[in-house]
Amino acid sequence: MRLNSLKALAIASVLGIGATVLSSANALDTRPGPDSDKQFLPIASYRIGAYAPAGVQIWAGRIDYYRYLNEVEGGINGVKIVWQECETEWTAEKGVECYERNKFGLNGAPVPSYFPNGAPAAYALSDRALQDKIPQVTLAYGRTEAADGTVFPYIFPVVLTFYSEASALINYIAQQEGGHDNLKGKKIVTLYHDSAYGRETIAPLKLLSEKYGFEDIQIPFADPGSEQSAQWRQIRQIKPDWVFIRTWGVSTPVAIKTAQRFGIPANRIIGDVWASSEEDVLPAGDAAKGYLALTPYPAGADFEIHKRLKQYIIDTGKSDLRDTKNFGSVYYNSGLVDAVIGVEAVRQAQKKFGNRPITGEEGQWGLENLDLDDARLKENGFHGLLQNLKLSCADHEGGGAVKVQQWDGAKWNLVSDWVHADRELLWPLIKTKSAAYAKEKGITPRDCSKEQ
Amino acid sequence: MTDTTLTLDRNTSQPILIRERKSGQHWLWLLLAGAYLALPAIGNEYWLNAIVVPFLILSLAGIGLNILTGYAGQTSLGSGGFMAVGAFATYAFLLHLQLTFPVALFLGGVIAALVGFLFGLPSAKIKGFYLMVTSLAAQFFLEWLFLKVPWFYNYSSSATISAPRLDAFGINLSNSLGKYYLVLTVVAVLTWVAVNLVRSQTGRNWMAVRDMDTAAAVAGIRINHSKILAFAISSFYLGVAGALWTFAYLGSAGVQSFGLSRSFQILFIIIIGGLGSISGCFIGAAFISLLPLALDVIAQTLFAGRVDAGLLQNIQKAIFGALIIWFLIKEPDGMARLISNWRSRLSIWPLRF
Repeated sequence: MRLNSLKALAIASVLGIGATVLSSANALDTRPGPDSDKQFLPIASYRIGAYAPAGVQIWAGRIDYYRYLNEVEGGINGVKIVWQECETEWTAEKGVECYERNKFGLNGAPVPSYFPNGAPAAYALSDRALQDKIPQVTLAYGRTEAADGTVFPYIFPVVLTFYSEASALINYIAQQEGGHDNLKGKKIVTLYHDSAYGRETIAPLKLLSEKYGFEDIQIPFADPGSEQSAQWRQIRQIKPDWVFIRTWGVSTPVAIKTAQRFGIPANRIIGDVWASSEEDVLPAGDAAKGYLALTPYPAGADFEIHKRLKQYIIDTGKSDLRDTKNFGSVYYNSGLVDAVIGVEAVRQAQKKFGNRPITGEEGQWGLENLDLDDARLKENGFHGLLQNLKLSCADHEGGGAVKVQQWDGAKWNLVSDWVHADRELLWPLIKTKSAAYAKEKGITPRDCSKEQ
Repeated sequence: MTDTTLTLDRNTSQPILIRERKSGQHWLWLLLAGAYLALPAIGNEYWLNAIVVPFLILSLAGIGLNILTGYAGQTSLGSGGFMAVGAFATYAFLLHLQLTFPVALFLGGVIAALVGFLFGLPSAKIKGFYLMVTSLAAQFFLEWLFLKVPWFYNYSSSATISAPRLDAFGINLSNSLGKYYLVLTVVAVLTWVAVNLVRSQTGRNWMAVRDMDTAAAVAGIRINHSKILAFAISSFYLGVAGALWTFAYLGSAGVQSFGLSRSFQILFIIIIGGLGSISGCFIGAAFISLLPLALDVIAQTLFAGRVDAGLLQNIQKAIFGALIIWFLIKEPDGMARLISNWRSRLSIWPLRF
């Protein structure tokens, strides 16, 4: 008996401690709090793991921009920004945990939009966006069919889907060949990472090849792609006019080096958005000289926003970059673009709801009515770095353009202006995919003519 | 829960009975009542969906592997693959036959059991580390299969699957409470089955095979039959865990959620928790899934903003690793044993052994 009462005591105390812990944690995210007058912009970061070298620059870009807004411009129309990082390790599991941790806001500051920063987490969270009414923004990755806002009201694959990328690629090649008529009979090889990401351009390139009459040759390689001799031997036999590499991580420098070994000139190889950073070409050394890459956020530290950041953040030692030589790198600039889209959506929503912190539902309105024209981009300093972006209820992609940059062995140089995708041509493909998704999930697409 | 790895008294001449620890049952009922009533009342969505649900599912996966490794003594690194089988099979039943979720879940588990049966066949001839290599082959083959054949993910471009609906016989389970109760019920029922299974004739056969298969054969136990049965049942548990992981926790997942690192994670759960102990699976899962979160919360509140964020994350990893090593040195039999030692000390407290 003595034993049992002792145990009962132990049980009671454990439960008691558990309950206290639970309820105290509960108190962390009560809606009204000391920061109710601020805007919370969570950062789902990855500072450890295989992708960390890219990640640290992205987060630095975002944090520097937030810091600049807070200290120089006084926040977003007077609403200060608070941010907090959560480590996702680029996995779905930790990404979900971070989202759940952040979705209620921070000390009363609400979340206007969420950037999952990583394909696995973005896919895992796609259903929760609608449930929780927090818009999810993926920049240059994520579900292509989510560009159809009628089926995916809370998902925003902004700026560039992989379909648009394929179309912009063909338009760039046509420019180089002297017009779309000259594409006929040309051989364009796509070497792709055999995964969902890599396969995404198969369907649009097939459609484009039927329209323009070029030969579309698709060659896959298995993850991680650290050995590609067989593929490049095959490519050499084909004698292609252009090679489009849809690589990722280690497979990019391997592709560039192997291409050189098989005698394919680097200036005939065009890299994907995710094969367009300094980290992708530096390991390839001299082989990468002349290599071309598509990007929606080109490298460079001469844009207007960089001048402002340099003056107030970099030179004053407030930057989150540990090594400021990365200032203006492709990944740093992608962080800036991430940040400005989130912030501009808040500004847009403030026009309707007043200059106060914006909630997820209001943030969705802000994103759907986002209109970044030349005037606005010149004002906020992003002209040239970010393309014109106009979203709507039906169109959640907006832009659809890339710049082409070339590696000279030391830095990227822009070799084109914005190359636009032929979005009307690809829209029916996207519609078919979104309709299939709607059917599988039993979603009735909303009618955009009745919105606003 | 009875810890069946206890060494039995050597000097007994009469048949050995495994003691039922009646007093332990208070714990269980209280725990279960707490989980069903108290936790949803005091815990919010974040606690239920992002902490408790993954912890319960990992515990279930741990039980699955523990049946195979801890009780039947067969090593395996294919847990992630079998979880994927369960997830993709459940998805197929949901999508093509429009079954209600619990039925699809059960059938998904059965398919995983069949696949486990197939990949368990080599265990008749191969032992130990060599068997581990064949299970590694299963892991890689299954990962490849679910990426290569688009039928499994309904030709979606993202190669991920997500539940068309989540309901049990008409009750909608897609909200956070519904998911929590679904997971809790499945885990509670399957844990109860597992506890009884390992105490039954089947479980005793497994342990006999584990401890010395020649002796087991001499005693009349069908060794191959036992081993393959362990593979099938273990895979059933893993398959159910995989389906829950996809549909009740993540919401949508691809095969990358069931990679080799998942297999290792589950192996660590049972090694840290305790091989051959059902309660050890829960302790191990808590250690693996909750401790990093606790470390993160502590680090964020104490050091955020003052220490470089990347450094802070790496320090947490290092502390976590050091804790694993410390616990395994302190008690190589796992934390379940550590806790039972504490219990027996507490029961004669303040006297000492």
